[in-house]
Amino acid sequence: MITKKVSLTINGLPAEVYEGTTILEASRLYGINIPTLCYLDGLSSYGACRLCIVEIGPAENSKVVSSCTYRCEDGMEVRTHTKRILDTRKIILELMVCSTPGSKTIQDLASAHGVIQARFRPENEDCILCGLCVRMCAEQMMAGAIGFAGRGPDRYITTPFDELSDLCRHCGGCMYICPVCMYRCMGPKADTTLCNACLNLSPSCVEVYDQQQCWMPPSCGTCVRPEGNYLPATGLIIEEEKATE
Amino acid sequence: MSPVQPIRSIQELDELQAALEKQHRADHPRITLCTGPGCIATGANDVAEAFRKQIEERNLGDRVEFKCTGCHGFCAMAPVVTVDPAGYCYGGVRPGDVKDILERTILNGEIILDLTYKDPETGEPIPLEADIPFYKHQHRIILAENRQIDPTSLEDFLAIGGYKALAHILQSQTPENVIDIIKHSGLQGRGGAGFPTGVKWLRASEQPADPKYIVCNADEGDPGAFMDRGLLEGNPHRIIEGMCIGAIAIGSRQGFVYVRHEYPLAVKHITQAVEDARSAGLLGDGILGTDFSFDLKVVQGAGAFVCGEETALIASLEGHRGEPEQRPPYPVESGFKGKPTIINNVETWANVPHIINNGPEWFRSIGSEGSKGTKIFSLVGKVRNTGLVEVPMGTTIKSIVYDIGGGVPNGKEFRAIQTGGPAGGCLPAELIDMTIDFEALQHAGTIMGSGGLIVMDESTCMVDVARYFTRFLEYESCGKCYSCRKGTQRMRELLDDICDGHGTMEHLDLLEELGQMVNTASMCGLGQNAANPVLSTLRYFRNEYEDHIKELRCPAGVCTALIQYKIVTELCDGCQACVKVCPVDAIAGEKDQMHTINSDVCIKCGSCLDVCAKDAVVIISGGGE
Repeated sequence: MITKKVSLTINGLPAEVYEGTTILEASRLYGINIPTLCYLDGLSSYGACRLCIVEIGPAENSKVVSSCTYRCEDGMEVRTHTKRILDTRKIILELMVCSTPGSKTIQDLASAHGVIQARFRPENEDCILCGLCVRMCAEQMMAGAIGFAGRGPDRYITTPFDELSDLCRHCGGCMYICPVCMYRCMGPKADTTLCNACLNLSPSCVEVYDQQQCWMPPSCGTCVRPEGNYLPATGLIIEEEKATE
Repeated sequence: MSPVQPIRSIQELDELQAALEKQHRADHPRITLCTGPGCIATGANDVAEAFRKQIEERNLGDRVEFKCTGCHGFCAMAPVVTVDPAGYCYGGVRPGDVKDILERTILNGEIILDLTYKDPETGEPIPLEADIPFYKHQHRIILAENRQIDPTSLEDFLAIGGYKALAHILQSQTPENVIDIIKHSGLQGRGGAGFPTGVKWLRASEQPADPKYIVCNADEGDPGAFMDRGLLEGNPHRIIEGMCIGAIAIGSRQGFVYVRHEYPLAVKHITQAVEDARSAGLLGDGILGTDFSFDLKVVQGAGAFVCGEETALIASLEGHRGEPEQRPPYPVESGFKGKPTIINNVETWANVPHIINNGPEWFRSIGSEGSKGTKIFSLVGKVRNTGLVEVPMGTTIKSIVYDIGGGVPNGKEFRAIQTGGPAGGCLPAELIDMTIDFEALQHAGTIMGSGGLIVMDESTCMVDVARYFTRFLEYESCGKCYSCRKGTQRMRELLDDICDGHGTMEHLDLLEELGQMVNTASMCGLGQNAANPVLSTLRYFRNEYEDHIKELRCPAGVCTALIQYKIVTELCDGCQACVKVCPVDAIAGEKDQMHTINSDVCIKCGSCLDVCAKDAVVIISGGGE
């Protein structure tokens, strides 16, 4: 039983947590929200999405680390929302939106972080290789039926030797936690790049349905419902042929 | 070679070494042939065969000793032969020259001027190895031994005082003393980060856990770098000795040499050396009759560049995917199988016995204020004297490129130097007086890395260089961190655009933004330096990027989308050489008539440029030459 505690400051706020607690866990304990895509309570930390990065150490000599994998140390100085961190998160989200625009989770995060441009060639990938499914399969479903293969641009998640695995019980745990395929974004431009509609609504979901962050069709659709060929949520004009489709 | 006899005590080692020293006759004629990778590629094995055959045929076995050694370092002269005791150095030796060397040099003491190094300016032959500028300006400590010994012979190594440092430690030093010596010497890791070796050892020694492990990182994968290869192939026992000393210091009984599979000769030599050392009682249980036990295992990498990163290396050793992990915990606390592990680079290990033998003060006396000792660099690219060079830390780039390297050949101008392998950066000609040590390089936006130095001249396009290295890193990234995997891919796409003439000024801002992000957000050393090629070229060669974007011009004439091949009317004599060699029939012209290139058909392969004897084919980019 670990009982030793360590003291640190998070954004100037004094904090005390048990030894072995990660910065992310400590921050959440103190009500500071750090975005992540590859972290889930109950699964081991992996540090793949890099959204949970924070600055540690004195400002002039600070180090950037992923808070989900870095453990709190005595006397540590943590800053979770500095300009450097926010700018970095923003461009990571821009990369994600350009590569996996179909994910509502990512589109929402991008909007929340003020991503207003998508400057990279659009791709339509189905996976950000966060590895949640791999860990879910191994650590919660005790199957270990899937894993990473390949390196760099050729990296993907698969069963051993790309064949149907006897270990897979088709439990669906992998699909349940996937941040990309869990919710598909149905916004106006989501198929190609940046949507931004969900969080920039006017009227907003809350005003219309007394509930923030609607789950997409069939219930809502405010953000994609045009007034004529004008999308009030985004200020976008729908091109002629699209409007008539 | 005689089978290795077990050496049962330190006294026996002393006696054996005394006997070997007695046998060694300094004035006996000796021919050494470099059989490093560069020399083998240029035919050293055939030369070796010729020497053996002719020495036997002429019955010269008693009059001359012939030895194949590891890399001497002077790869530009490959294959290299040295003749002692005179100290002559012959280069570009062919099997046909063997007869001459034996007859004229060995029997008659004559110098064969055709084979000697010649001053590139005056053409003056320089027969003595010690007088050749390439060697004269170096400070060879570790590399010097490569030339003296047959790497497959333990006896040779013992004859130059091998394993003396180990014996000394076993006899009269405590682990604490060893760590103090290394700490005091100021030795820093030679793998790239420059972490103080003594501090690393101290931390590992303080760990209560048992067992502890020791690893030699020989997963050298930088394009154009072969320092570690040269050492493992040429002097494997020195590394084993260094590792034994490290094992005593931290209390380890098991070590690993992690060597890349792509170095077959290094694998062969280190494996044989480990076996020989084990048979001789220098590895295994009760080394040299003491109660110190330590053994080594040679493990081959599976081809991933990222496995040179220490946490990825450990994962690979354990049989997992070669993927870096968050530090801390550092390997000194929790490494191989969760036990304390120290990982040092080949060159670091090779330095250790020398520090023990000569004392830490001696080591501190070499090098600069902040970085001690010597460093081996592999000097390659557009430079006359390519090869392995060993210089004190703090030597200037100028001294390495000009004094040792002999400058840029073919009358071209020095443009830039790339340090630290793919994740390093490019320094411009203006920084030529900069000293090379850990701090100075970091400050200039690049890294020491393991010691690759690639010299570039005016015919090198810096945008293309950035693209090449970014592509390398894109494919060698393990892919775990989104920032590194996608960041390198997107940077490469932007560089592709610029090289293809589709770049805009926004591309440059985006490159800079992306580069900062990749270096900031990634987990391991590869990711944290992956944008260095882009950021350093943007910092020092921004005008070249702008030329590509604004004027659609590649100043070096490299980026194929931005260049055209043209034939200069006044120079063309109508020889038809280019017409014959063109693979797409893009060149028209009758014999003795002026030729022309149809740029719509031309695929810009450059074959015509290579064959034209009159230099009438020129590359035109953006309206000018």
